[in-house]
Amino acid sequence: MNWLSQNTDLVFDLTLTHLRLSIPPILLSLVLAIAIGYLAHRQRFARGPVLTLTGLLYAVPSLPLFIMIPVVFGTPLRSGSTMIIALTIYGVALLVRSAADAFGSVDRSVHETANAVGFSPWARFWRVELPLAGPVLLAGLRVVAVSTVSLVTVGAVIGIQSLGTLFTDGFQRGIQAEIFTGVILTILVGYLLDTACVWTGRLLMPWTRPRPRTNSRAPLHVPADVAGGAR
Amino acid sequence: MIEFRDVSKRYPDGTVAVESFSFVVPSHETVVFVGSSGSGKTTLLRMVNRMVDPTSGTVLIDDQDVQQVDKVQLRRSIGYVLQGVGLLPHRTILDNVATVPMLRGVSRAHARKDALGLLDRVGLDRALATRYPSQLSGGQQQRVGVARALAADPNILLMDEPFGAVDPIVRAELQVELRRLQSELGKTTVFVTHDVDEAFKIGDRVVILSAGGRIEQADTPERIVAHPANDFVADFIGARSARRTLRVQDVDGREVVVDGDGRPVGMLAT
Amino acid sequence: MTLVQGALDWLGDPANWRGLSGIQQRLVEHLAITGAVILVAALIALPLGILVGHTRRGRGTVVALTSGVRSIPTLGLLTILALNLGIGLTAPVLALIVLAIPPLLAGAYAGIESVSVDAVDASRGIGMTEWQLVRAVEVPLALPVIVGGLRSATLQVVATATLAAYVADAGLGRFLFSGLKQRQYSEMLGGAILVATLALVLETALALMQRVLTTVPPDTGRP
Repeated sequence: MNWLSQNTDLVFDLTLTHLRLSIPPILLSLVLAIAIGYLAHRQRFARGPVLTLTGLLYAVPSLPLFIMIPVVFGTPLRSGSTMIIALTIYGVALLVRSAADAFGSVDRSVHETANAVGFSPWARFWRVELPLAGPVLLAGLRVVAVSTVSLVTVGAVIGIQSLGTLFTDGFQRGIQAEIFTGVILTILVGYLLDTACVWTGRLLMPWTRPRPRTNSRAPLHVPADVAGGAR
Repeated sequence: MIEFRDVSKRYPDGTVAVESFSFVVPSHETVVFVGSSGSGKTTLLRMVNRMVDPTSGTVLIDDQDVQQVDKVQLRRSIGYVLQGVGLLPHRTILDNVATVPMLRGVSRAHARKDALGLLDRVGLDRALATRYPSQLSGGQQQRVGVARALAADPNILLMDEPFGAVDPIVRAELQVELRRLQSELGKTTVFVTHDVDEAFKIGDRVVILSAGGRIEQADTPERIVAHPANDFVADFIGARSARRTLRVQDVDGREVVVDGDGRPVGMLAT
Repeated sequence: MTLVQGALDWLGDPANWRGLSGIQQRLVEHLAITGAVILVAALIALPLGILVGHTRRGRGTVVALTSGVRSIPTLGLLTILALNLGIGLTAPVLALIVLAIPPLLAGAYAGIESVSVDAVDASRGIGMTEWQLVRAVEVPLALPVIVGGLRSATLQVVATATLAAYVADAGLGRFLFSGLKQRQYSEMLGGAILVATLALVLETALALMQRVLTTVPPDTGRP
């Protein structure tokens, strides 16, 4: 507590930096994953290769990925852009499968009804398919949000500032309180963004709001990848 | 002989599935428990092989309280056929049928040889022996379920809506086959269904149950049709409906049986 | 692409493969740590997960634990443990075990839970003991999902073991950190390529294993 009270400015700055690095990849990966996922859903032949490729991208550990990004994209190693690109790649890798499955799960009869009542393909996507795929996408996005916030901290070991800096700095200087502060704030920021996703989801998809009385137990969703965390 | 002696089943949440039920299933007979959902029929059936333990009362098999028999040994000695069949998806048909004898210590070769014979018995082609359950139709799977139940040559057969999930044509076939098997084997059988026509086709005796396992009438199918004990039974079996009020009509010198709406259902045997 | 050329040159130099801090040694360390951690974590998590899945008790706890651990930043966990246990292998190995347990646990209980209720009910009804039910029905049928958990855990451990080189002198991650310190980008990138390749090889192998288990019924006899 003593350490925190003497370093509130630093902690506040790092938290803001952390948010600046976390939010863009979450949003970018959502947009890209919807596009790629929809393509994979519509073009059957693309589905297998796209899902395999994203699955493999997800398997690459974060630290090596941070180091390889500059080679491919020409960004400086110790920069926010490197971090944002890397985390977007993870986000997309995690979300594309959810997105393809989400579009695939939209009932065929709904699809045909939409055509029958005269939706254009463009309108059908925005007004029928995307809203119906929404809940599954949201579930995926929540995993991406939490894991992105956690992954940002890894950048600290190569010198990208974030709440992770509290880990490296605290470790080098032997200040336990500093590391704890970082851990707790990282968890809080993750929780904050997760909650933001949930509320945005309820706002945009009012039909998924929990009904006042339900006695059915919520189905236990176990994401295909149960690891998530910093890789 | 299976005897239910004043059995009740209450669940912790207060639901009463069965209340003071007493009945005797005589040896070598087929008794059908029929009732709508909530009549406790499945609960009663599952008390026999201790898949459910009664909260009070006793179930006896040949005068022995089943509570005093080890659950696992008891179940291995009783044939059990379920609506969901529940074959093991990772084992071949032959190995599914051989499961119980192998649990009882019969060698695999021997159990498999017997299992082949059982496939014949339930009318399945031996070529299906090496297939997996998912490669069979619903009706075929149900026959495998029956073969599995017979594999340990049990004295008692419990059948829980075994033909509920197959289409009407296949169901009719299976009902006929079951009658044939019963006349050949003479197992003491308890059969549960919600379909009164099925009950009449299969049962030597039929027990009509209302909520909480209350016996409305227990008798042979023909006597139930002749003398429904009360309005509940009359309604349940549709005694006053067109399909049960048959009469004979003379059509060009032949005696045709028609239903209440005058639709022909068959001819009177001469 | 001179950076890539540098990394390839570094990887191609036989001198870099030999010795106590050579690639060969680091690779063995990385694999040994990963293997040992997965083994210990599996010995803890699989029986527990199978028990939870079989009895359907305590899954609320498992879900809370799994999502709880997932939100802990791994670097935070590593540095805290290293600060308390000192530089060396103890801290990272402990951290890796903690991280490997949730996916293994989740895979085991979700796998057991996914087994058809009818098959379980029927198996019990025809007289299998609970142990026979677990061994002959639930575990074989849950195997693809269990291997899925193993796959997640392995990826997690390979990745975090790289990061562990920050607090311990072990594993392929050393090349990343020593390259960073000496501004040797070729060594850093070479190390990164090694780790990525290792992760992809393991991922592919486990994915194939999972597919084989899913399509071919794993057991054709024994009760």
